[in-house]
Amino acid sequence: MRKKQLIYYLPYALWLLLFVLAPVALIVYQSFFDINNHVTLQNYVTYFESGTYLKMTLNSLWYAFLITLITLLISYPTAYWLHQTKHKQLWLLLIILPTWINLLLKAYAFIGIFSQDGAINHFLGWFGIGPQQILFTNFSFLVVATYIEIPFMILPIFNSLEELNPSLVNASRDLGASNWQTFSKVVLPLTMAGVKAGVQAIFIPSLSLFMLTRLIGGNRVITLGTAIEEHFLTTMNWGMGSTIGVVLIVAMGLIMMLTGEKKTKKKVTMK
Amino acid sequence: MQQPMVEFKNVIKKYDDNQILKGIDMALEKGKFYTLLGPSGCGKTTILRIIAGFTNASSGDVLFEGKRMNDLPANKRQVNTVFQDYALFPHLNVFDNVAFGLNLRKVKKSDVEKKVIEALKLVRLGGYEHREISELSGGQQQRVAIARALANEPKVLLLDEPLSALDMKLRKAMQYELRDLQQRLGITFLFVTHDQEEALAMSDEIFVMNEGNVLQSGTPVDIYDEPINHFVADFIGESNILPGKMVADYQVEIVGKVFECADAGMKPNEAVEIVLRPEDLDIVAVNQGQLVVTVDTQLFRGDYYEITAYDDDRNRWLIHSTNPAKDGQQVGLFFEPEDVHVMRFGESEEDFDARLESYEEED
Repeated sequence: MRKKQLIYYLPYALWLLLFVLAPVALIVYQSFFDINNHVTLQNYVTYFESGTYLKMTLNSLWYAFLITLITLLISYPTAYWLHQTKHKQLWLLLIILPTWINLLLKAYAFIGIFSQDGAINHFLGWFGIGPQQILFTNFSFLVVATYIEIPFMILPIFNSLEELNPSLVNASRDLGASNWQTFSKVVLPLTMAGVKAGVQAIFIPSLSLFMLTRLIGGNRVITLGTAIEEHFLTTMNWGMGSTIGVVLIVAMGLIMMLTGEKKTKKKVTMK
Repeated sequence: MQQPMVEFKNVIKKYDDNQILKGIDMALEKGKFYTLLGPSGCGKTTILRIIAGFTNASSGDVLFEGKRMNDLPANKRQVNTVFQDYALFPHLNVFDNVAFGLNLRKVKKSDVEKKVIEALKLVRLGGYEHREISELSGGQQQRVAIARALANEPKVLLLDEPLSALDMKLRKAMQYELRDLQQRLGITFLFVTHDQEEALAMSDEIFVMNEGNVLQSGTPVDIYDEPINHFVADFIGESNILPGKMVADYQVEIVGKVFECADAGMKPNEAVEIVLRPEDLDIVAVNQGQLVVTVDTQLFRGDYYEITAYDDDRNRWLIHSTNPAKDGQQVGLFFEPEDVHVMRFGESEEDFDARLESYEEED
């Protein structure tokens, strides 16, 4: 009986071992070697001593924060509207559809749209204010990153709204709450799980975005993801690249802990 | 007459082409326990939702203390609801649930605490303030929901089948408590249920509904004893409903025999329906009975036997008796003239009341 269950578990265990545990172990291992293959802690020292890496980290955190915030501000109202609309499934499909298209394709499409000769500059041209430099700006980077992440925020929020018992909203109104009070005291607290899931799904990958920073951001925004890519592919300093990788993994872990479900509130003991 | 708390004037509710309420007129007075009774889909919950303000009447007036309140939003009404699924806020503990309405009204903190504790004591949950909702049993959640509604000091309390999720024993206990609570507080209660026993046990007045109409309203005794038509008689309790003919005033013909009855004011030889309650039928010796029937089956119900019998014309008779009978045994049935309830076809509640008055005055 137990043996059989172990067999079912095997594919997943193998996957976990080969594609999660082994790579993480390799990264940690690599991070203790310098460019000449000597065991050293110098990579970590460099990371924390040279202002460049810390600045890069802050930069990554800042942009990940911005992307998450903008996405959240757009997604919550969208999900709320979606939840109340008639043809939910159709709209939902339309929102999910773009995620089926390869990220690179979407990035290239935006290069076309944002370029000097692109649709937006044509449009601005009619008002005599074009052409503007849109591509390779921080603005365009944020727009595209947000665009790509939005579905991953809408879905968990939409799901948590769908799970919300509608009679709770009635109960709140019944007890005298205005629409806004109902939202802030009942709907929002009860859909926080969806918001947290969305934040996790966006903030963490945004930390290590690197392709968009190059294609759309024109390498003006240097994030940790870009730095890792550079170390592995250009400077060939795998040790340093791995060190940054380890820092990223630790950061992700921290964020998971911060946004994860807290254990049930401490009970207030009666006196 | 006293100003009614809530009044409906020809209220109609439509969803697309579907009429849920077909012109409801009703008045709820202060301090009484009302019940809307009917099968699911009869529109009783819609009436509750219109009073609470969760949905609007398509036409007609809804008055609260004489003022039209059709357009008043739910949060501005002096009415609170106990929901069928309780609708307690899972992210708040018992105290915060009960305090929800008070906190919104910016009541002083010390007063909030006082009122919450008072409300919880009222439903016998003193000391449960700091429990989480998930730690409570169904019955306790039910009480918290009632306390939460009462803490707001509503003038009318609406209860949407609040006992349907509880087990039999708890439900009976809650019936006593609700009735007691209503009498102590003197608030108007409007209770919605499909359970006729519940309605009979608790109400001052019952509205029996079907397909968007109020068929009959009155005290539990009135409705039980003088059902206006087949539907009401069948819905309120078990009954024997038989076709009959009014031979003359106070004389009705059933299953080919003429019996004395207590009804009058109908056309001679008018076709009617007769209700005989199973507990009004007494089993007697064959030679003493007004009718002779043969016992077919019987079920032991604990406090009585439910006996099914057939007469010679194969009419089915349901009898409740404290003593058992033998299957296949021939027995006599005896009933008083007052036990025979005559129902005319298609008689409205007003005509029914008028007819009753006309011959009761003569007496």
